[in-house]
Amino acid sequence: MLSAGPTPRVPLDRWEFAIDTEAERVHRWTWEELMGLPVETPTVDIHCVTTWSKLDTTWQGVSLDVLFEDVETAAEYALVYSYGGYTTNLPLEDLLDGKAWIVHRFDGEELEPRHGGPARLLVPHLYFWKSAKWVRGIRLLNQDHPGFWETAGYHNYGDPWREQRYSDD
Amino acid sequence: MNHVDGNAMAGPLSEIFAVDLSKASGTCASCGLVGPVAGLRVYGPDPGLVARCPGCDEVVMRLVRGPETAWLDLRGAVSLRIPLGP
Repeated sequence: MLSAGPTPRVPLDRWEFAIDTEAERVHRWTWEELMGLPVETPTVDIHCVTTWSKLDTTWQGVSLDVLFEDVETAAEYALVYSYGGYTTNLPLEDLLDGKAWIVHRFDGEELEPRHGGPARLLVPHLYFWKSAKWVRGIRLLNQDHPGFWETAGYHNYGDPWREQRYSDD
Repeated sequence: MNHVDGNAMAGPLSEIFAVDLSKASGTCASCGLVGPVAGLRVYGPDPGLVARCPGCDEVVMRLVRGPETAWLDLRGAVSLRIPLGP
């Protein structure tokens, strides 16, 4: 289990998730509102940059396609930010069309804080550092803005099938 | 997630610097706390070492070691005071 700092503890009555557009329009969801959205149960393989993979992991959460339904944007880039200050960047298209979720359960159980609970991003087609734990929001940007590990030597995109681990890979 | 003390940075940093940086004293860029590198709270080792200030928990140093390259980020430290011999 990888972590870059202390585990944030976020009470559910103070938790919120936001999408901030490039036009400075903010869409927000409380925990209760998130729980009221349609739930999907993706079963996916995940790939850690330290070379392990875990096959057929089962999660529960809300597709980002649902959260983006009413979001108007022409931005091409997303910067995901978390409680605790972590950030990671990726092209917006990698979050849409059934490729990413805000998940709150793993293997049928509530997601533990040490694994990113109450909710984390799940983007299984990229290395797992892109699946930000303790997710708090997504900022939409016209220009790419490298995140926490992407500014410290890790690859800007992180495709496990092309073994894009480091910035010079 | 548990951390270890800043001595965990000393080995990997000795690959880069000729002096033992665990004895150096750093100033946190966020809160101004001055203290030894050995007193930082270090998380990792993977994907990289992240050393945080014991006063405010902000990142002071980051070190990523690839197969042939190291990346060192010191922007969370205003300065490092490094004791050297006469």
